[in-house]
Amino acid sequence: MTHSTPDLSLRHHRREQGLMLALASPALLVILLLIVLPVGWLAWQSIYHDGFTLENYRRIFSEAIYWRSFSLTFQISLLVTVLALLLGYPIAYAASVVPKGWSVLILALVILPFWTSVLVRAYAWLALLQRTGVVNQFLQYLGVIDEPLALVHNTFGTVVATVHILLPFMVLPLYATMQKIPHDLMQAGASLGGSPSHTFWRIFLPLSLPGVLAGTTLVFVLCLGFYITPELLGGGRTVMVSLLVSRNVELYDQWGAASAVGVVLLLSVLVIFLIVGRFIPLDRILGQK
Amino acid sequence: MGSGVESVEIKSASKHYGAVVALDNVTLSVAPREFVSLLGPSGSGKTTLLGLLGGFIQPTSGSIHFGERDVTLEPPHKRNIGVVFQNYALFPHMSVGENVAFPLRARRLPKADWPAKVRGALAMVGLAGYEERGVAQLSGGQRQRVALARAMIFEPRLILMDEPLSALDKQLRESMQIELRQLHKRIGATIIYVTHDQREALTMSDRVAILKDGRLIQIDKPAQLHDHPADSFVASFIGEASLLPVRRIDSGSVALGPATLRSARAIPNGDALMLAVHSEKLLIDDGADNAALNRLTGTVTDVVYQGESLRIFIALPDGTALSLRQPSHHEAYRRIPPVGGPLTVTLHPEDTIIVPKAAE
Ligand SMILES: Nc1ncnc2c1ncn2[C@@H]1O[C@H](COP(=O)(O)OP(=O)(O)O)[C@@H](O)[C@H]1O
Ligand SMILES: [Mg+2]
Repeated sequence: MTHSTPDLSLRHHRREQGLMLALASPALLVILLLIVLPVGWLAWQSIYHDGFTLENYRRIFSEAIYWRSFSLTFQISLLVTVLALLLGYPIAYAASVVPKGWSVLILALVILPFWTSVLVRAYAWLALLQRTGVVNQFLQYLGVIDEPLALVHNTFGTVVATVHILLPFMVLPLYATMQKIPHDLMQAGASLGGSPSHTFWRIFLPLSLPGVLAGTTLVFVLCLGFYITPELLGGGRTVMVSLLVSRNVELYDQWGAASAVGVVLLLSVLVIFLIVGRFIPLDRILGQK
Repeated sequence: MGSGVESVEIKSASKHYGAVVALDNVTLSVAPREFVSLLGPSGSGKTTLLGLLGGFIQPTSGSIHFGERDVTLEPPHKRNIGVVFQNYALFPHMSVGENVAFPLRARRLPKADWPAKVRGALAMVGLAGYEERGVAQLSGGQRQRVALARAMIFEPRLILMDEPLSALDKQLRESMQIELRQLHKRIGATIIYVTHDQREALTMSDRVAILKDGRLIQIDKPAQLHDHPADSFVASFIGEASLLPVRRIDSGSVALGPATLRSARAIPNGDALMLAVHSEKLLIDDGADNAALNRLTGTVTDVVYQGESLRIFIALPDGTALSLRQPSHHEAYRRIPPVGGPLTVTLHPEDTIIVPKAAE
């Protein structure tokens, strides 16, 4: 009797797992077809061209242009992520503390740009930032500057537009986490003698970390492979990894080289997450109740 | 600051949310070291009143005073009040010890003093040695105790509690009630306690304030509230009373249907009067020739066995329903007629409580 009970529940558990797997199988199939197969094909191409070769990888690790591009990509992604967090956190915070109607308005303003294509928004930034653009003309009109500033066709323009385009990906996970933080925790903090800033740093901020983690991860990863903004606003000088890929394919018809770049980018992201995961208890932050 | 205990005074406080009147001109004073319960049905404004005291809510009009000090505009973290929230509001990312130490950290007390104080506060609530536990590992009763320790560690002069026991099961709730009472005596703080459970309020409090629709209906000692309710709402809320419409005859008697009942109490003026009959005040007529007692005769409609007592339902000739309680004793069984049989009960004029009918 006493022995059969755990057995039964274990069997029940197994059956439940089987059922879950069956239910998830269509989605798993889609993931397999659309992600695993292409990525596998990519990896295969990077090491096989009329026979097995590591030439593509040798070039990546020996030629300076690759190293510079990877380093620039990670720097820009880091900068964009930090800026998006600094801009997004207050927005999400405001949306989570104001009355319902206002938070809907704030979120609508954040999401609204989603309804226009990324391309249109990138060109809009071009119109704003170029030498004869709105910003330069306005500053010159005010007499703040004599010569137009180089706001675009460089890293600055790329970063500004990318932050703008990726901001919703920061704000939405942050807001989702923040609005779940029970309001009476803040009241409890205050009643126990915590000043508003003490309560924020000790209670609200730690409890919003899962959102920070989700938002920064999302923005960072999206930014690593971002193509349109560096292409349109980088002026050929901001050669991010995505541009390397497209040049290898379009200019030199080097599918193998392009694939290798993609594989290295993917692996470096995985390595970063493994390292970060060692220092930040991801599962504890994400699994927080 | 610190352990000084002060009186609390709420002067004509109102709180409006648009057209909703959550609190309507409430005036209430609480003496130092007093245990006062706020009792009322859901939506009667209990939490709102507690929010005004805690500083989480600003009154639309009126003022709040602690001792001589007007604290109406003071933010919560300056009020030095311990608050125990309905669902405990423990910080989920902190251990039990960190939760309890929060007020010490917020007050920038020397870190060296924390462990001893935390140990003392946890021992006070019977959780010695729980410092390292995670909040998620605790049972409901233990969380409640941690919340209590956290609210007491800085020795506040006033402690507010919003239905702190409502999530616990009955047995634990009753033992916690007794513990809280003893704790109150030991720490000597003023406690304002919100509950919707009348028995809990009567058990624990020096005085009970009855709220309804944002208004303070009556504040009194438990026995006073039970025996001298201000109106039919209070009478229906406290104890187990049947309320029957009656008509005033003169200053000493009322008419209940065809029957005339004498009351030794002052009968209020007005047309809409109710007789509040507590089920424990009705006795089975023992035939003694005591003409002073009010007598009511009806038919037994049901006898319900409830363990330590029996509840007997009777219907008067005009259909009015009443109930009385008898201890489940052999003698009682013999005197109760079977369902359908006639039963005469007596009500002492001292227990004949006539109250004005409360506005709906
Ligand atoms: N923030 C608010 N906005 C609008 N109405 C509210 C708000 N808070 C409370 N109320 C209303 O005020 C009344 C009293 O609420 P509350 O004090 O929470 O009652 P209780 O704690 O006695 O159940 C209720 O009718 C409630 O709907
Ligand atoms: Mg409430």
